[in-house]
Amino acid sequence: MKKFDRERVLLAVAGPVIALVVAVALTSVVLLASGKSPIEPYSLMLEQATFSDIQVLILNQAGMYYLAALAVAIGFRMNLFNIGVDGQYRLAAMVTAVVGTHLALPSFLQIPMLMLVAMLTGAFWAGIAGILKTTRGVSEVVATIMLNAIATSVIAYLTLTENFGVPVGNNQTTGVMEKSGWFPGIKVAGGEIYGFVVIAVLAGVLYWLILNRTRFGFDLRATGASESAAAASGVNAKRMVLSAMLISGAVSGLAGLPILLGDTHTYSLSFPAGLGFTAIGIALLGRNNPVGIAFAALLWAFLDKASPALDYAQPEAYDKEIAVIMQGLIVIAVVVSYEEVRRWGLRRQQRRVGEELAAAARANGNNGNNGNNDSVKEVAAR
Amino acid sequence: MSTATVAKPPAKQPSPGRRRVSLPVLLLIIAGVLVLTSVVRLVTGADGITSTGQMSTALKLAVPIGLAGLGGLWAERAGVVNIGLEGMLILGTWFGAWAGFQWGPWVGVLFGILGGALGGLLHAIVTITFNVNHIVSGVALNILALGATRYLATFAFEGEEGGTSKQSPPVESLGDFSVPGLSDWLQDLNDKHWFLVSDLAGLVGGLITDLSPLTVIAVAMVPLSWWVLWRTSFGLRLRSCGENPIAAESLGVNVYKYKYLAVVISGGLAGLGGAFLSLVASNIYLEGQTGGRGYIGLAAMIFGNWMPGGLALGAGLFGYTDSLKLRGGGTNVHALLLLLAILLVIGAVYLVWRKRYIPAAITAAVSALMFVWYGLTDEVPNQVVTATPYVVTLLVLSLSAQRLRMPKADGMPYRKGQGK
Repeated sequence: MKKFDRERVLLAVAGPVIALVVAVALTSVVLLASGKSPIEPYSLMLEQATFSDIQVLILNQAGMYYLAALAVAIGFRMNLFNIGVDGQYRLAAMVTAVVGTHLALPSFLQIPMLMLVAMLTGAFWAGIAGILKTTRGVSEVVATIMLNAIATSVIAYLTLTENFGVPVGNNQTTGVMEKSGWFPGIKVAGGEIYGFVVIAVLAGVLYWLILNRTRFGFDLRATGASESAAAASGVNAKRMVLSAMLISGAVSGLAGLPILLGDTHTYSLSFPAGLGFTAIGIALLGRNNPVGIAFAALLWAFLDKASPALDYAQPEAYDKEIAVIMQGLIVIAVVVSYEEVRRWGLRRQQRRVGEELAAAARANGNNGNNGNNDSVKEVAAR
Repeated sequence: MSTATVAKPPAKQPSPGRRRVSLPVLLLIIAGVLVLTSVVRLVTGADGITSTGQMSTALKLAVPIGLAGLGGLWAERAGVVNIGLEGMLILGTWFGAWAGFQWGPWVGVLFGILGGALGGLLHAIVTITFNVNHIVSGVALNILALGATRYLATFAFEGEEGGTSKQSPPVESLGDFSVPGLSDWLQDLNDKHWFLVSDLAGLVGGLITDLSPLTVIAVAMVPLSWWVLWRTSFGLRLRSCGENPIAAESLGVNVYKYKYLAVVISGGLAGLGGAFLSLVASNIYLEGQTGGRGYIGLAAMIFGNWMPGGLALGAGLFGYTDSLKLRGGGTNVHALLLLLAILLVIGAVYLVWRKRYIPAAITAAVSALMFVWYGLTDEVPNQVVTATPYVVTLLVLSLSAQRLRMPKADGMPYRKGQGK
C-alpha cells in the first residue's frame, strides 16, 4: 500500500514542479530575447519577498485569490466552469458595501450579517446561471460570461449618485461603511494583515471537509467524474449542478470582502477587478486541492506584489510585466504538464497492473481457472 | 411534441424537432420588424434609431465581434471550443498596431492576422496535441496574451513618439470611402424622415457610407466562410471532424490536420478583428482595447446557432445596441422599449396560437411591464443600454437553447485511433 501512496505523491508533485520549471525557463528565454539578464529578476523578486511589508501585501492578496479560486474549484470538481466569479464577487462586494453603509448593528452581528449578504448576492448571481443550465440547458460558460457583463452594468447603475453612489473627487464610491462592519486586522511589523485571511483559511478547511467527508461532497465529485454513473447511483444531477453553482457563487461573494472590510471600507471605481479570471488560473495550478490552491495563491500574489520593484531596480531596471508573462506561461505549462503527467501515470499503472496480472496468471497457471479468476479480481480491485 | 407534429400540416417540417425558417419567411420577418421600427420611430419621434450615422456606427462596432464570432465558428465546427478568442483579439490589436506604425496599415493588418494565428496555433497545440480541456486552455491563453502584449508594449512603444507602455504611436489610416452618389442620395432620403423609405435608406446608407476597406473584407468573410465550410470538400471534411472525428478518420481524413488548420484560421480571423480595433476603430493600440469582445463574439456565434448567417445577425445586434450607447442612448432606447413591447405582444399572440398558454401569459406580462416602463419614463438609464445586448443574448439562449445544435463532438478530446 505504501508504494502506491508514494506513486500518488510523485504524480501530484511532478505536475506543478515540471510546470514551474518550464515556465521559469521560458520566461528566461523571453528575458534573454529582450536582451536582459535571465536570472537577476528572480533574485530581485525573491529579495523583495524578504521585506515584511511586501510579505503582508502578498498575504493579503493571497487571501482574496484563495477565496476566489476556491469558488472556481468547487465548480471544477464537477465539471462546471464558473467563469462568472468575476461578476459575482464584484456585485457581492458592492451590495455588501451599500448594506454596510446604511445599516449599523453591533459588530458581532454586523460582520456575520455582511458576510451573509455577500454570500447571498454571489449565490444569487451564480444561481441565475445555474437555473438557466438546469431548466433551459444554457451552457454555464456563456451564461456566466453574459452575467459578468450585466453585473458591470448593474454595479454602474447602483453606484450612480442618484442611487447609492457618493462621489469623492474623481472617484465614485458607495460611501464609507459603518465602523462596526470593519473586520479587525492583525497588526504585524510590516503593516496590517486582513483578519479576513483567517476566514479564507477556514473556508479552505471547510471546502476539504465538505468535499471529502460528506455525502454531498461525494456526490459532487462523482457527478464531476461521470455524470451518467452518478445518475445511475441515484444522484440528482440537476440538483447537484444548481447547488454547486450556488455554493460556488456564495464563496466568490466572499472573495471581495478581505479588502472591502479590511481596508477600503467602500466600493469604488478603483476596486480590484479581474480577480475571477486570475482565480481560474490559480485553481488550475492548485489542482482544485485546498492546500495546492493555497500555494498557488501565494505564488500568484508573490509575482504580483514583488514585481513592481523591478521597475526601480538598480543598476538595471526590468519591466514588471515579466511577472504577468510568467503567470500566463505558468498556466499554460501547468495545464499541459498535468495532462501529460496524468497520462504518464495512467500508462505506468496500466503496465503495472498488466505485469501483476501476468505474474499472477503464471503463478496460478497450475491451479486451474478458478484460482486464476480470483487473483485477477484481487489485482483489479486495487 | 409528437401530437403537435401530427396536428400541424406536415409541409413545413422536414424533420421533427427542427423547424427551419425558409428564406421567404425570414425576409418577411425582417421586413415586418423594419415596418414596426418605422412605425415606432414615427410615434416616438426618435429619428436616431434608424439614421445613417447610427447604422454606420453599428456596422463598425459589429465587425470585430463578427470576426471573433467567425473565428469561434471555424474552431468549433472542427470540434475545438475557443474561449481564447479574447486573447487572440488582443494579440491582433498589438501586432496590428506594432507593424502598422512602422510599415503602414496594410502590413499591420497582415501582422494582426499572423498574431492572432499564432495564438490559434498555441491553442491548437495545447488542445489537439496535448488534449488539454479546451476551456482551460482558452482561459490560459487569454491570460498569456494579456501578459505578453503588456510586456511587449513597454519595449516596442515606450520611447516612440506618441507611444507609452500602454498605447502605441498612432497608425496611418487605411482610408475610407462611400459609394459615390448613392450614399449622398440615401442620406438625403434618410433626412426626410418618411415612413419606411427613410428607414430603409438609413439602413442601406449606413452600410455604404464611410466604409473602411477592412470592413468590406470583414463582411465578405461571412459568405466566404459559409461557402468554404458548406460548399467545398475541404469544409465538409473540416466539419466532419467537429461532428464525428472517429468516422472522419475511418474515411481517411487527417483529423489532426483539419483541426489544426481550423484553429489557426480561427485565430487569424480573431486577429483580423483585433487589427480592425487598433487600425480602423481607433488608430492606436490601447491596453484593454478589446473590452471582452472575444467573449461577445463567442456569444454571437452561439446565438447564431453555429451558422455564419445567424452569427452575422447576432454580431449586428450587438453592434447596434453598442452604437445606441454611443449615440443619444437614453431617448433612442426608450423608443426601442415600445418596439420591444409590441414585438412581445406579437410573440404572445403567436404562443397562444400554438396553444402554449403559460409562456404566452408570461410574455404578455413582460410586454405589459414594458408598456408601463415606456409610459412612465422619458429616458432609459445608460447602464440599461449597456446591459441590453447581454440580457438579450441570455434571453435568446434561454428561450432557444434546446433548439440550438452545436457540432456533436465540440469540445470532446480526440486521439488518433481511439475508435478501434
